[in-house]
Amino acid sequence: MNKVFHVMYDDDDTLKEAASALVAKGIRVKDVFSPFPVHGIDPIIGVKRTRLGIAAFMYATTGTTLALLGMWYFMISDWPMNIGGKPSFSLIENLPAFIPVTFEFSVLCGAHGMAITYLLRNGTLPGMPASNPDPRTTDDKFVMEITTEQNSLSADELEAAIKETELFELSIKDYK
Amino acid sequence: MQKEAAIREPLILGDKSYKDITDDVVGPIQGAAPIGWKIMITISSIVAIYGVGSILYLLGTGIGVWGLNKTVGWAWDITNFVWWVGIGHAGTLISAVLLLFRQKWRMAINRSAEAMTIFAVIMAAIFPGIHMGRIWVSYWVLPLPNQFGSLWVNFNSPLLWDVFAISTYFSVSLVFWYIGLIPDFATIRDRMTKPLAKKIYGVLSFGWSGRAKHWNRFEEVSLVLAGIATPLVFSVHSIVSMDFATSVVPGWHTTIFPPYFVSGAVFSGFAMVQTLLLIMRKGMKLENYIHVKHVEYMNIVIIVTGSIVGVAYLTELFISWYSGVEYESYAFINRFSGPYSWSYWIMMTCNVISPQLFWIKKIRRSLIATFILSIVVNIGMWFERYVIIVTSIHRDYDPSSWGEFHPTSVDVGIFIGTLGIFFTLFLAFARYFPVLALNELKTILKTSGENFKKKQANH
Repeated sequence: MNKVFHVMYDDDDTLKEAASALVAKGIRVKDVFSPFPVHGIDPIIGVKRTRLGIAAFMYATTGTTLALLGMWYFMISDWPMNIGGKPSFSLIENLPAFIPVTFEFSVLCGAHGMAITYLLRNGTLPGMPASNPDPRTTDDKFVMEITTEQNSLSADELEAAIKETELFELSIKDYK
Repeated sequence: MQKEAAIREPLILGDKSYKDITDDVVGPIQGAAPIGWKIMITISSIVAIYGVGSILYLLGTGIGVWGLNKTVGWAWDITNFVWWVGIGHAGTLISAVLLLFRQKWRMAINRSAEAMTIFAVIMAAIFPGIHMGRIWVSYWVLPLPNQFGSLWVNFNSPLLWDVFAISTYFSVSLVFWYIGLIPDFATIRDRMTKPLAKKIYGVLSFGWSGRAKHWNRFEEVSLVLAGIATPLVFSVHSIVSMDFATSVVPGWHTTIFPPYFVSGAVFSGFAMVQTLLLIMRKGMKLENYIHVKHVEYMNIVIIVTGSIVGVAYLTELFISWYSGVEYESYAFINRFSGPYSWSYWIMMTCNVISPQLFWIKKIRRSLIATFILSIVVNIGMWFERYVIIVTSIHRDYDPSSWGEFHPTSVDVGIFIGTLGIFFTLFLAFARYFPVLALNELKTILKTSGENFKKKQANH
């Protein structure tokens, strides 16, 4: 039978100290649930920096390309017009007038692409059930999740190590 | 842990813990609606309904019901549009620009300022929509294939740039705001006891659980969105100004318009933030989070942007003379001495002189003075747009067509109506949404909370 430990702390600094102590013993912390971003916890428990920024850049460049391609087609290729003596016959000559829309469309694609990717990757979508182990983790408590499955130590050894930290509450559950 | 100099005023007053922050913000949502709120929302909804009625009357009858005439073809509609978009700019400036500059004081005000942005941009978008007259064909502003050939929209026109700018601005601000709201909705969800409320906040919170990886992504998304929202704010009002600046109308054809409009927008937006927050902090007992120091910081922004606006007024006056163009000079002489000189002098007094009072520390830190001056600035900025738009066109090149603009009851009704809709939305927000960014405030409690700072000093 596998066991999952939900170790609750009432302070972010205590949580970080506890996480460092446990990791130093070779224990793997599966996840941390916190009411706000705890700065400095990510390297301790081995959370890598997200690549969402790169994704945003790619969405934005897609937007830039689409905007320029669209305006080239509408204004230069399909139906060129002579507007106020400023004819639309080549993209490069018309480019200054196309900059605002190019910029806006790049931002539009970058921001929305990134936001949608963020929600999908998180699995946070309208109507999704909450998965935090305790409702207090969105208020003022911090919970560390440790499983026997991910660790080579036995349940009793893990429990002993966890109890050495300044924890607030501990809940142990079985799962298949 | 990050330390902050003891000399810096704390941003969160009182002996607060993480739990107190949650209680102070979520408490009012759980409790019954205060009587003052009920009175205010009743009044603003009545005004809003009157506004909707005026809009429907306009759409049913045609824009002839406005006071426009053959010379003044643009008046209150575009004045209100620019005024509302301008107000919207403060929210994004607070949440994006101040985030990039790591200004912690923004955290108490960014949520409501962004809400204000979104509602103000909705109000702004009403005006270009209804001034088309036939609003049901408003989709013609989009480049869609059509039966005319295909005849495309003109991408050289600033009016079309505006379509892209305003829609991008609105949707990106909305997304930015909502992504910040998700974790706070989760906090409310986990505290709610009534099943229906729990269910609703559960849906709104998208199942947020506060995992370390999610917070990691959250911070990256906030930073990148702030990074791209910053040039967006500047571009949006620059493009709004180009609606005028790229035309050949004397008084509009000015190269300083983009920076002048952007600083004017921030100026008026901060004034509106002050008006709203000074009431909200009192009504919702948030004095410990939004206090004199926050008001003072905002007043400093008002001095800076107000001074930029003042310099811009004087610059355009000087350049109109220096250009040697008779028409250009006349447009400005007519502004300050013609039939609309009263509105010019209201603008000058409210926007140039009144913000300078904030150099005096007593006034800058006085809540009552700030509240009064914020309303003065709002009025002044409305007149700025009115002056730029109406006085530049009411006397055109052909003196026989010179005329004046007189607003009709429909003009007034729609403008007052948008104020009603705006306040109704804002009051609903203040009642049901987390008005402070809970999760962000908790991150600064240990560095900028009064109790923690004292503890540090005693060490």
